[in-house]
Amino acid sequence: MKANTGSGLKEFLIEEVLRHHSDNLKPETKKRLSEIRREKPSKPVIYINTGTAAIISGALKSAVVIEEYLTDLDINAEVVRVGCHGPASFEPIVCIHLPGKNKLIFRNITEDKVESLLNGVFHNDMPEEDLVAQDGNTGFEAWQGIPFINEIPWFRLQKRVILSNCGCYDPGSIEEYIARGGYLQFLKTVRNYTYEEVCDIIEKSGLRGRSGGGFKTGLKWKYALNASSDNRYLICNAKESDPGAYTDRTVLEGDPHRLIEGICIASYAVGASTAIIFLKTGAVHSLEKLERALEAVRDYGLTGHNIFSSGFNLEILIRNEAGAFVCGEETALIGSLEGKRGMPELKPPYPTTSGLYGKPTVINNVETLMNVPLIMEHGPEWFRSMGTEGSKGTKLFSIAGRGRLLGLVEVEMGTTFRTIVEGIADGIKEGRSFKTLQIGGPSGTFITEENLDIPVDYEALRQAGTAMGSGGLVIVDDSTCMVDLVRYYMGFIHNESCGKCIPCREGTGRMLEILENVIRKPHSEDANATLERFKGVMQLETIASVMKDTSLCGLGQTAPNPFISALNNYREEFEEHIFDRRCRANVCRGLRTFSIDVDKCTGCTACASKCPPNAIYGTRLQPFFIVDEKCIGCGICFDICKFSAISVK
Amino acid sequence: MQFTIEVNSRSIKAEKGETILSALNRNGIMIPTLCRMAEFTPTGACRMCVVEVEGKDRLVTACSAPVEEWMKIRTHSPRVIRARKTIVELLLSNHPDDCLYCDRNLDCELQKLSDQLQVRERRIRSSKIKPRRDQSSPAIVRELSKCILCGRCIRVCEEVITARSIDFIGRGRSTHVGPAMDRDLNFSSCIHCGQCVLVCPTGALHEKHYISEVQEHLSKSDVIRVIQYSPLVPYALAEEMGIKYVRDFDRVLNAVLRKIGFDKIFLSGTGTDILIRELTDAVTENKAANGKKPLIVSACPAWVKHCEQVFPDLLHYLSPLKTPQQITGAIIKSAVVTSKEKSQVYTVSVSPCTAMKFEARRDSMTRKGISDIDTVLTVRELSRLIGLYGIDISNIDLEAADDPMSSRSSAALLAETSGGIAESVLRSLMARTGEKEAEKQVFKKLRQSGSFREVTVEIGGTEYSVAVIDGLPGIEKLKQMPGGGARYDLVEVMTCPGGCVNGGGMIPAGSREAVRLRSKHIYLSDEQEAVRSPEKSASISMLYDKVFRENDELADMKLFLTHFVKRDVLL
Repeated sequence: MKANTGSGLKEFLIEEVLRHHSDNLKPETKKRLSEIRREKPSKPVIYINTGTAAIISGALKSAVVIEEYLTDLDINAEVVRVGCHGPASFEPIVCIHLPGKNKLIFRNITEDKVESLLNGVFHNDMPEEDLVAQDGNTGFEAWQGIPFINEIPWFRLQKRVILSNCGCYDPGSIEEYIARGGYLQFLKTVRNYTYEEVCDIIEKSGLRGRSGGGFKTGLKWKYALNASSDNRYLICNAKESDPGAYTDRTVLEGDPHRLIEGICIASYAVGASTAIIFLKTGAVHSLEKLERALEAVRDYGLTGHNIFSSGFNLEILIRNEAGAFVCGEETALIGSLEGKRGMPELKPPYPTTSGLYGKPTVINNVETLMNVPLIMEHGPEWFRSMGTEGSKGTKLFSIAGRGRLLGLVEVEMGTTFRTIVEGIADGIKEGRSFKTLQIGGPSGTFITEENLDIPVDYEALRQAGTAMGSGGLVIVDDSTCMVDLVRYYMGFIHNESCGKCIPCREGTGRMLEILENVIRKPHSEDANATLERFKGVMQLETIASVMKDTSLCGLGQTAPNPFISALNNYREEFEEHIFDRRCRANVCRGLRTFSIDVDKCTGCTACASKCPPNAIYGTRLQPFFIVDEKCIGCGICFDICKFSAISVK
Repeated sequence: MQFTIEVNSRSIKAEKGETILSALNRNGIMIPTLCRMAEFTPTGACRMCVVEVEGKDRLVTACSAPVEEWMKIRTHSPRVIRARKTIVELLLSNHPDDCLYCDRNLDCELQKLSDQLQVRERRIRSSKIKPRRDQSSPAIVRELSKCILCGRCIRVCEEVITARSIDFIGRGRSTHVGPAMDRDLNFSSCIHCGQCVLVCPTGALHEKHYISEVQEHLSKSDVIRVIQYSPLVPYALAEEMGIKYVRDFDRVLNAVLRKIGFDKIFLSGTGTDILIRELTDAVTENKAANGKKPLIVSACPAWVKHCEQVFPDLLHYLSPLKTPQQITGAIIKSAVVTSKEKSQVYTVSVSPCTAMKFEARRDSMTRKGISDIDTVLTVRELSRLIGLYGIDISNIDLEAADDPMSSRSSAALLAETSGGIAESVLRSLMARTGEKEAEKQVFKKLRQSGSFREVTVEIGGTEYSVAVIDGLPGIEKLKQMPGGGARYDLVEVMTCPGGCVNGGGMIPAGSREAVRLRSKHIYLSDEQEAVRSPEKSASISMLYDKVFRENDELADMKLFLTHFVKRDVLL
């Protein structure tokens, strides 16, 4: 970093790069920019990922140890803390770029591994097990016997457009972003295009909102632009609260400046002088990085009054949301920003005509806005060249669950989900088999094994009865019970329902209770309870369809989706729970029955002493037995038995 | 612009810009609603009014969706009915099943809906909401378990009353309505106006009942039971029974109350007459002495509490006169019933107002620990009391109230409408200067609708300006005026829009239109009555000429005055 903060760097970047109107920069300028980009390092550069996922895995500690190592051995090398690459399973990722050689990518470099890694690298004795690949794009001398990045399915099957900067530069350094061509598109837009022209370009590119609905972004901007008003707002919805989704957070932390540039261009296009980034409460790292980036942007005069003498004024604010899932819904989000209770309002009027404080407001999510500078740079045709007929460009997915490799991936529209699950994520973890792919967060749906060939495409997904959602993908294996999973999502939605409309507030509650009834312990119920359980189950589908039909906002309308989708695709599993009182994944505690094999039990008393409800009886050194009525199905005895005497049904 | 749309395979006429619901209602098709309130923008919370519109994936809420020319609507298709029924069943699944014990039994919108939609079986079951009752307020009881979260009370409190004391708290399964910090109502900025009670569709909000307390005293032998009622009470009872109100109905009510067991019956209207007379004096004196202006009427207890909480700077403009009920109460306990010990006198007041229950409990309304008014009943409670004692109103003799508060002027009745006090004071001023009562034209301005009305009249060579604030939102207008409206000699403030005819203790009117109709009836009655100004009332002469002179306590009129203090509540 020290090289970048040299004297007059800011002046240099502003005068020679940002104020330089033409695309042809002076050779010496180009050379200096390339230095800032560390294209041909003269000393070893060590990049360490410090996104949230990496921090959780201990990246900050590793970074300290790396720095100590370098100081101790007096090695002249540079340590750069970069944003997240994507593969969360590999965190903490360390990339090492030795002068004249290809960049190497290492995985899981926790603090204890640092020394052996650095020893290996500096003495040409690669620690093979930690090595992922070499980055062959830079045209340096290749390492022998080390796979190139394109030979790894994780990278080969992706199309990293939005993610192109993630993990490559220090998100805290606006200089590096400018050196990578940053903010030039914004300034070009402000100088050369009218509002309408920008909207036209975006509309022509076919960019659609990446947060579920898939509305055409350019069209949305035009609606707001054409609504007569003295003021307009642009809101960047960076609040993702789907369990298992982290796309926005990762790109925002890895490449905050491109997001800000996207916000700048979008604000210009809709004629907004105030843009608001709506951030999740508790996203401390995102907040810190964004604040730092915004401060730098202000310092460079890229926001504020009369930006680079263009006459365009823009202020970007960060607002923390109040902490409710429903605040991701447009009207609730606006209400929350206005200081009201975050509750959805009736539409129309749509926010594009009457939004924040009654002014036309455009709400885009992080991923949508990240595409904007790229479209302005490469042109709409370039963007149209990616993807399918109706869905252009790429899509980010955050893969969670039971895949072998997890993390953030970017694929071209039209890629099948099979490619993502079996190719990129490299299938399911050892010893298990694929059960389902959950897409679209808590109100999303399930994609079965047979349907995995659906392409990532708005229309194809809609036809299959599902939706793109915000980009959360959860890979589920056969150790998960579908009824239990649906119950979990229903519980989530029920707790997050704002309470305004009856179908959602009460419907989710009743569905949750009925599902809880289904997995409740069978032998503790009387005949009446059994009847009630059946009666409840009979109502599930009615409640679900009425909720879909009548709920006020998208949250309630889609709340029954997991249930409906699971019931359609995994009906037999539901029937097993209801009629046979059996859970095939042995997840539903209430339905598990434990028994002790008298031949195997040695009477060691280990299980009896640990049983929470004291349901295991027996005499020492004699076979023990479990009293079913008292058993809560926790499975502690099963885990504790050294003689495999306990079996579960 | 009119066009036709197709509804249930028939075509009906619709206006451009109106909602589906209003088009349907105009054409005689009724759609059930729960959260809807006339004259409010729809929130679409209850989803009861859904209809099927061809070409739309989901059902559409009729209350909010505008009609469009291409629409083909089905209002009662199986899909729609199933949706409505399921919504009601969902509400009932955790609603307490104690309808027979509920305050709103037989008068509950949820009950009616479930009957209408033929809910005959409990198909969806859930555990009942844990009962939680907030009885902290002297006027209003909240039963949270019966709340269906339609949000009507919140909207009335915020948009009509501007007290903003309640809102939704929590989300998901723990959503409920409550005052700030989820404390009890008496800690909140609630002004006890009772408008929320009027709009509540279920028994979640009701006035605090004092019927059993009254009953207990009625059965005691050594207590003198005194009752006073507001001029509006006989009118409201007549309306409830579907009878056209005539002045004689007051005398029917007297007989009914005597049958129930009250020993003395007085009219609060006499208190109103005293208030008007004193106010007229104050206005004249103020004008002569060039005193502080405007003089703001403090006859609405809800407004007084609101003023104490929100506008402490206006407090010293408030007229120090008590409310008519308390003036009457003070006379009763100091002069009228003196034969026995005062503590054995039990005074009941019947009022169209819930805030009066709070008013009667104010410190300044008691003397030596004894309240002037022991119990305040609403019109609804009185109606129940009459039912409880099995009185057949249709078969009863006419009886007069007791002296010295046995008569009232029609001005006292007029004061129950918004603008009535201001108008009566002007009329009194005219009567005093010997001027003939002005043309109706002059008062027409005061009788219009709108939250702020004013009129300037020349009486006896002096110009008098009065303003009428009909509903608390009008206060803002007064505050914005130069000098805080110092040019007005009198400002009348009523919390409930329309005045006491729309009071929280009345039978719910249902719409602004119905409230207007009540006012119109009162205007008509005012014209027909013989005694039109307090000065001409027999009771007033008797009180001023005889009673007040003979009684030490009442001689200086101090008992009719009160004071106001700044109130700290959670706003």
